[in-house]
Amino acid sequence: MSVLFQQLANGVIQGALIALIALGYTMVYGIIQLINFAHGEVFMVASYGGLATFTLLPDDLKKSPAVALPLMFVGGIVVAVIVAVIMERFAYRPLRNAPRLAPLITALGVSVFLQEAVRVFYPNAKSNLPYPKVFPEGNLTIGSVNISWTGILLVALSVGLAVILQTYINRSRMGRAMRATAQDPDTAKLMGVNPDRVIVLTFVIGAVLAGVAGIMFGGYLNNINIDMGFQNGIFAFTAAVLGGVGSIRGAVIGAFIIGLIKTVAGQYMPGGTQYDYVWIFVVLILVLVFRPQGLFGEPERVRA
Amino acid sequence: MRKHSVKSAAIVGASLLVLAACGSNKTEGGGTNGGSCDTSKGTLTVGVVAPLSGNLSALGVGIKQSAELAVDEANKKCTVPGFKLTVSAQDDEANPAKGAQAATKLSTDPNVVGVVGTLNSSVAQTVQPILRDKKIPMVSPANTNPSLTRGNDFLTAPKRQFDNYFRVCTTDDLQGPYAANYLVEKAGKKKIAIITDGKTYGEGLAAELSKQVTKKGGTIVGSEKVGEKDTDFSGVIAKIKALGPEAVYYGGEYPVAGPLSKQMKDNGLDVPLMGGDGIFDPKFIELGGKEGDLATSVGAPTESLATAKAFVDAYKAKFGKEDYAAYGAFSYDATNAIIGGLAKTLEGGAAWDESKRDGMLTNVGAFSGSGATGEIKFDQYGDSTNKVLTVYQVTSAKWKDVQTGTFTG
Repeated sequence: MSVLFQQLANGVIQGALIALIALGYTMVYGIIQLINFAHGEVFMVASYGGLATFTLLPDDLKKSPAVALPLMFVGGIVVAVIVAVIMERFAYRPLRNAPRLAPLITALGVSVFLQEAVRVFYPNAKSNLPYPKVFPEGNLTIGSVNISWTGILLVALSVGLAVILQTYINRSRMGRAMRATAQDPDTAKLMGVNPDRVIVLTFVIGAVLAGVAGIMFGGYLNNINIDMGFQNGIFAFTAAVLGGVGSIRGAVIGAFIIGLIKTVAGQYMPGGTQYDYVWIFVVLILVLVFRPQGLFGEPERVRA
Repeated sequence: MRKHSVKSAAIVGASLLVLAACGSNKTEGGGTNGGSCDTSKGTLTVGVVAPLSGNLSALGVGIKQSAELAVDEANKKCTVPGFKLTVSAQDDEANPAKGAQAATKLSTDPNVVGVVGTLNSSVAQTVQPILRDKKIPMVSPANTNPSLTRGNDFLTAPKRQFDNYFRVCTTDDLQGPYAANYLVEKAGKKKIAIITDGKTYGEGLAAELSKQVTKKGGTIVGSEKVGEKDTDFSGVIAKIKALGPEAVYYGGEYPVAGPLSKQMKDNGLDVPLMGGDGIFDPKFIELGGKEGDLATSVGAPTESLATAKAFVDAYKAKFGKEDYAAYGAFSYDATNAIIGGLAKTLEGGAAWDESKRDGMLTNVGAFSGSGATGEIKFDQYGDSTNKVLTVYQVTSAKWKDVQTGTFTG
């Protein structure tokens, strides 16, 4: 029984990480119907940004986590936001009115570009890099279930930020502008909404969340590599589709479902951990067969 | 057609000039007069295929630089009269498809006399046939999968697979059981869990270990697989933790093994992780390998061998650092086997051409000498006759050798 609880805890932690990234996918899709495949790379770049910040700190600050950790978050998020804004401005905005396939291919190109850029220009990025130990160490032990404090922090950040984001979009003026742009950009424009600003803000919010995820990933797993964006990006994208692309709640719940399937199916299904990815996609296919719009998505609207 | 051949001749000529220029620069850097040898007959190339970028690049760069060292020394000693030797290193990124590209590139160069490589057994599988078709000898410093030389039934019906393939390290059918003996008999760990990465190397190694563990009265409590690009292993760890293993054996390489070891400890599974030569690298400890973790590696510890001292000193003098990694000494020996075979083939001042390739294969196979890892000599399958293995343990954040010997059953 304790194994089940341990696996559930592991699944929730993995889900929390995927959720932070999935929010970026789902928001951008909600606003401009673009599947931003480079979003996983924003997450990766943020992780390296945090590591670079730490490396540049003076030695005495490195030893005090209370200073170093917030600075790493700031550094990682700033890098992620800069990359996302540049990406939006120069790769996606010129293609805003092009057929949907063009920005999609561009997104793949941006993804490869960012990965290779880090590999070539970040010192020693050719192999895994260890992450500094400035995160809360140790475990919370309940019975025989171990949950690391960093994992708990990750879950708290993920759920907290998702709730804040949902509230922001539902309550604030800018949130209303975002919803309006998502529903109908042309009418929103007539009502005085500046779509460019809304779209940039969407990318910025996605990048901030990916930035938090990037730093937490390094802290939780102790090392990072340039492939991390691809692997986790695929999971996050799947989570967004499972939950219904465009839905905030759907992305978060989809992410937790994926985390839980991965660990629980690895434990109990035939084939074990060797086939845990298979079950994720089996569930995805089943959901899409019966609810093509995903768990919380709205059926595809026909645009005027 | 005529135009074409002129063009390609020009390209070959130009690249030879470039190679020669690089080579002479290096010799000048070494501070010795490289011009004293007769190099009137041209330049011959020793190819290297190893991962020079990617996760395993620490090992690959060690292989490449050690090969360069051996070639430099041969140039200084005029080992192959009339020729200048150079190294052409190709990156395989530890990827079989990239390895095939690298091998094809080398095999189309008529001046390539032999290839040192690969690091990964899975890459060797695609490189072997390409080089065989051109009769280019391939000497691996690091492939430990037994089927590469003796086929899939290597225990019951060994059969030579490729007449161009040799290796200077020993194999997993000895390495796995040697590790099993250490775990069960010396360390007293009877319940072993196995995790592999699903690649040729890790699977083969773990399979050989399992057999021997069972034979010695231990039990394999569980067997799991992780993806090479996985980063979060908590699911796998929780699963094997429930089985109560006293040690975990990982069949794979350090980029996964290091984080895996750390996550085992974080998740409350504080038992030693053991692996093969693929995790025996300082990077393993940097990435999270913990105190008490174990690894076997091929050969005796490089620092402890009298024959290796000259290599280590020369390497340090040339590259400034001792980053020859786990296979540097083996790569140095592999390169010397190729150079030795070449010297024999061209004995008496013969020129190099395609007709020499058969003789070259025979001479590399028959090469024997004393190298940085001990005696270099190949048996009838192309395997090294040097079957020494060493167990290392992480002690005070460093690999420390705890037992050296050969597998005796």
